[in-house]
Amino acid sequence: MARRTFLDWPVIRQLRGADPTGRGTAVTSERTRRTAPRTAAADGVTDSVCPYCAVGCAQRVAHQDGRVIQIEGSPDSPISRGRLCPKGAASEQLVSFSRRETTVRYRRAHGTEWEDLDLDTAMDMIADRFIAARRRSWQDEDEHGRPLKRTMGIASLGGATIDNEENYLIKKFFTAAGAIQIENQARI
Amino acid sequence: MSLLAGPDGPAASSGWSAEGPRKGFFTDTSICIGCKACEVACKEWNHNPVDGPMEILGSSYDNTGELGANTWRHVAFVEQGRERIEEARESGRRLVSLGMPGIGPKPSGPRGAVPAGDLSSTDRTPPDTPEFRWLMSSDVCKHCTNAGCLDVCPTGAIFRSEFGSVVVQEDVCNGCGTCVSACPFGVIQRRDDGTVSPHDEREAPDERRGTASKCTLCYDRLVDGEQPACSATCPTQSITFGETEELVEDARERVADLHRRGMTEARLYGANPRDGVGGTGSVFLLLDEPEVYGLPPDPQVPTKALPQLYLRTGLAAAGMAAVAALSFLGARR
Amino acid sequence: MQDFANADLIVIEGSNMAEAHPVAFQWVIEAKKRGARVLHIDPRFTRTSANADRHIPIRAGTDIVLLGGVIRHLLENELYFAEYVRAYTNASTLISEEYGDPEDLDGLFSGYDPATSTYDTAHWAYAGDTEQVARGLPERDETLQHPRCVLQILRRHYARYTPEMVQNTCGISPEDFEHLATALVENSGRERTAVFAYALGWTQHQGGAQMIRTAAVLQLLLGNMGRPGGGVMALRGHATIQGSTDIPTLFHILPGYLPMPTVGEDDFAAYTRKIGMKEQKGFWADADVYAINLLKAWWGEHATAENDWGYHHLPKLTGAHGTYQTVMRMLEDGVDGYFLFGQNPAVGSANGRLQRLGMAHLRWMVVRDFSLIESATFWKDSPEIESGELRTEDIGTEVFFLPAANHTEKAGSFTQTQRLVQWRDQAVRPPGEARSDLEFMVDLGTRIREKLRDSTDPRDRAILDLTWDYPRDAHGEPDAEAVLAEINGRHLTGERAGEPLASFGEMADDGSTMGGCWIYAGVFADGVNQARRRTPGAEQEEIAPAWGWAWPANRRVLYNRASADPAGRPWSERKKLVWWDEEAGCWTGHDVPDFPLTKRPDDPGDPAQGGAAALAGTDAFTMQADGRGWLFAPTGLVDGPLPTHYESPESTVPNPLYTQQSNPTRVTFRSEDNLSSPGASAPGGAVYPYIFTTYRITEHHTAGGMSRSLPYLAELQPEMYCEVSPQLAEEVGLEPYGWATLISARSAIEAKVLVTERMTPLTIGERTIHQIGLPFHWGRGGTAMIQGDGANDLIGMNLDANTQIQNSKINSCTIIPGRRPQGAERGELVREYRRRAGLVDLEHLEVDGAAGAPGAGPDQTGAVHTVRGPEEAAAVPTEESTTKEMRNR
Repeated sequence: MARRTFLDWPVIRQLRGADPTGRGTAVTSERTRRTAPRTAAADGVTDSVCPYCAVGCAQRVAHQDGRVIQIEGSPDSPISRGRLCPKGAASEQLVSFSRRETTVRYRRAHGTEWEDLDLDTAMDMIADRFIAARRRSWQDEDEHGRPLKRTMGIASLGGATIDNEENYLIKKFFTAAGAIQIENQARI
Repeated sequence: MSLLAGPDGPAASSGWSAEGPRKGFFTDTSICIGCKACEVACKEWNHNPVDGPMEILGSSYDNTGELGANTWRHVAFVEQGRERIEEARESGRRLVSLGMPGIGPKPSGPRGAVPAGDLSSTDRTPPDTPEFRWLMSSDVCKHCTNAGCLDVCPTGAIFRSEFGSVVVQEDVCNGCGTCVSACPFGVIQRRDDGTVSPHDEREAPDERRGTASKCTLCYDRLVDGEQPACSATCPTQSITFGETEELVEDARERVADLHRRGMTEARLYGANPRDGVGGTGSVFLLLDEPEVYGLPPDPQVPTKALPQLYLRTGLAAAGMAAVAALSFLGARR
Repeated sequence: MQDFANADLIVIEGSNMAEAHPVAFQWVIEAKKRGARVLHIDPRFTRTSANADRHIPIRAGTDIVLLGGVIRHLLENELYFAEYVRAYTNASTLISEEYGDPEDLDGLFSGYDPATSTYDTAHWAYAGDTEQVARGLPERDETLQHPRCVLQILRRHYARYTPEMVQNTCGISPEDFEHLATALVENSGRERTAVFAYALGWTQHQGGAQMIRTAAVLQLLLGNMGRPGGGVMALRGHATIQGSTDIPTLFHILPGYLPMPTVGEDDFAAYTRKIGMKEQKGFWADADVYAINLLKAWWGEHATAENDWGYHHLPKLTGAHGTYQTVMRMLEDGVDGYFLFGQNPAVGSANGRLQRLGMAHLRWMVVRDFSLIESATFWKDSPEIESGELRTEDIGTEVFFLPAANHTEKAGSFTQTQRLVQWRDQAVRPPGEARSDLEFMVDLGTRIREKLRDSTDPRDRAILDLTWDYPRDAHGEPDAEAVLAEINGRHLTGERAGEPLASFGEMADDGSTMGGCWIYAGVFADGVNQARRRTPGAEQEEIAPAWGWAWPANRRVLYNRASADPAGRPWSERKKLVWWDEEAGCWTGHDVPDFPLTKRPDDPGDPAQGGAAALAGTDAFTMQADGRGWLFAPTGLVDGPLPTHYESPESTVPNPLYTQQSNPTRVTFRSEDNLSSPGASAPGGAVYPYIFTTYRITEHHTAGGMSRSLPYLAELQPEMYCEVSPQLAEEVGLEPYGWATLISARSAIEAKVLVTERMTPLTIGERTIHQIGLPFHWGRGGTAMIQGDGANDLIGMNLDANTQIQNSKINSCTIIPGRRPQGAERGELVREYRRRAGLVDLEHLEVDGAAGAPGAGPDQTGAVHTVRGPEEAAAVPTEESTTKEMRNR
């Protein structure tokens, strides 16, 4: 930090400068004089798309040390021209909101509270249950002997903020597994 | 210009080079869709706390109430019936003198002009007076030419920036609150703890706690050549940012255009340098009297009388000094 | 979106665009500044109305009468765009003699079977030799005079949709009707275009598809389809809800709108022939090619011509298996496991109570979301726990909550509302155990395949033969671009092996290519992620072809051949988009032409070849089997070839047009927990005298999972409210900003009261109709920052038979001052009103009926379920024989 000299005293700056009434240059603090946008410290700015409605406004995501520090509209987009609605403008909070969960939570059958469970165990348990449900409820054919090759024991409902690639794999795997009750917000 | 602001504008009279033009907002409420993106973008950029008690306030779709220490952009919602609309049309017609040259609809953005072709049959008749309307308007700090808050600040915490805006330095402010009563618009407030802080998970402490707080015209964006967060996000460009002089010109043109379309309720607010604050850096196009939007019809900077006051105070002080000097002289005798 | 600015008239109906799509609304404002007019037709005066030139209040659910009235106006006064209509629509096509119109059959089309509540759509077929019809060459009368030609049928069908009928049905004055009709006529034609924008205000009805159809018929008559500033714009509600339909997670379709196979379609050829026949016109003739490429993408080398490309791996449908049918199955203990990927049915789906009760019947459930939403915590703090109806200890559902990565924490593509695919790059890594759905699926699939590796059970073959080798990065995250490349497809053999497909035209029927979604072929052309293109809008022409990638073929306006006249010249200089360049011998213009590039405007087409070759030079509607825009839809809809007005089942107004009160094909679930008000059909309807309509608002998103926990959004609209007119508030005694309780046949909820002139009582005949507005974003339970009663609890599971989408827009209720009772008394209040409405007897009837009804309960023995197909849907005798029940879930 620069050493403050006598000449930096506001009243001296006021008296010797062009701001005799002491309401401008004379009173700016050192911090003020060093003002820079917080995005100036960003490690990078990543192009993204708003996750709310279907207009598809382009976003720029500024991040620093692996954390999102600001999200704004990208003026490059011919659709949104840099603008965001309140939800898009708040989307940085979708990263940082205090009620966000970042660990697996598990509720056992008839349990009264959440429990901890590590991700790997959870994934394994889900895979086991998937296989069991499929076996238990498999339908080879209908009452007329016509092939069905399906399970009615597994259902899925997706929001419409999951990516095309994600939807593709959900549909691909679940269909191959014989699950047909695969649905989406698009029906609602 | 009047009062304490010099002839080259408020920034120049505060020690900044006269070359940088004054920057500000033009808020065209006739195309505001009341989405409140400005409120959110402002809070996002400035990391301001949420404001309200998380209850419906009883004011149409407005639940943030008013400008304050935590809310630096505020959207008002006003529902009106036919009678009021007719009154507004009449009062606006009286206010704004036409006589401007006829121009077509103003193209905006990079898309340029109206598509070619025969538009002679375009209906230009004034609209019928609707039975009902819903006004929306985004309010913000006026960044007055003569800013009460700035004039009365005893610590030098508030300064006039090179953009002509009025900015609080929270590292200097001691929270005395003198500025709060000096603002004719009720804009500046001292930030208390806030009710719910969205940033309780963030590492940075709220440095503005306990200090005076209001819109900075995104000073920390302007220094980098960016525009303020609210105008950058405004979906319909109801809020535009730019050089005040050009914005006022745009605003006048827009009023003229609306009057030509029969919407004589349109009028400007803050564009008059002879008003009680010497005009504002934030100019508004309103569709009714300012009071309807919660704006003072005739804002007066409390330091308006300051020069005379200074004069009188100066004379009095000189007199006192003379008396004191005389008494000293007398004592030495 | 940008194309709105090219319109001369924008009619927003069934949409609250300024609130739900604020950033898109900039183009409406842009259009207004250029001189366009904006009309908003909606039951409520919203932020959209506030920015429109005129707001026309309408009684919810009567849009077909209003637009049908305009259709009549055009036909009676010869105001339609005759040249366009003759060339590009099926106006001249003759319809089968079997066809009978609702005008003659008192509200029913011919072909109706009251036993199944379904239509035999063969009655609506084109007239002519079967083979010729199949080739898209039905009988036509170019003079448009034949009584069985579409234009004349249309004329008769809408003859009674007069301005008076509009007034008595919609509550719209003749002046407002005249304003709308005149604006449409004046702003259509060669020089001018008008656009319609709609959203859920049209889809969420029992008959919603037909509302959209009415706008399509109207726009075809006005010549506004395929042209700049024209069309019918669906304003979809979620980031990639369009993508979720294109590459669907929907029960009835596979990627690229290929239908899921239905039981009995045991032969690949029969399956594809049903989608598109080789001899028909247009691009659906190659449905088999698209299906082969999909199957090759999924089962790779295991998909061969010999095994029907693995077609037999696909499970078969036996009827509708939509999300609401699934809930009914849950309640019968027929579903073990339920995955929720960023979806919150406890708040967001109709009849929230049944949703939550259904979850309590599951064995296990996986919830992938950002926070503990209501659907994750129903076992702990749902309204049913509060009321004592459920006890936490009794609920056997195991719940896995897996934290999800958000849009900044993963790469991938969204498809927005104008079919534009846009890629997101990854900005940061997801925190803690948060993962993308992509990683979850790859991981789950890999684990299951590993566990089944040694299985010899033929049932596991489809899983084990699946192509499932997605590259991962150092953190184990799958490469989303590799998935997009599979969706795009590539050459498998020959010189170009490994090369991405440039378009669906490169897809082969011999297994030498593969592609997961034919309409997306080209998104990875040249090995470049075309969705990731970001040439700034300011650096390109208005249509911005170098920003993202639109399916199909990066085309921005569908059917844009119709932007030129039959001879291939733009209809006008002002509205030029795509035209025939005689010198170059090809179609050209500002957009990618939606037509075979070198097919001349005067090409007669080659019927012998089928497909694109069979299209004549004026067959602008290239996906239709006859190349024409359909004023009359001979196939594709289950409830009629023409839009016809029915009242919503809970409407308190008798249908002014027909004895048939409601859509005869509508789908409902008979259950004491899903009762309906009798509406106008019985005196008990008066117990629920007010119509309520649900909607979203700018400040929130859907069920609130992405907004009610965000402080900056929560504070903007912190509480659940209802909107009522001053007159209704007076009638019922509601205090402004006080509390009210709303009671429907399903539930009772409380809300703060906004008394506002934005709600207009409408006069229908002698009666005053009050409509109540309810945003649906709130719910109780979970960890959201703000909570409130959910509007969806009031709504029943009553569906459109075309789409299986619920009616959220017109339901009836009563409203009383004050807060609702807590605990068990809440249910008692609901039952008390049911008794008053005479629904008690119905309740008993239904309980009795349900006991004897075929269940689809859990099958512990391993034997095959009894399954019913749609053709076997049970018709349950009710007060109205036309109610179709879907027991075939």
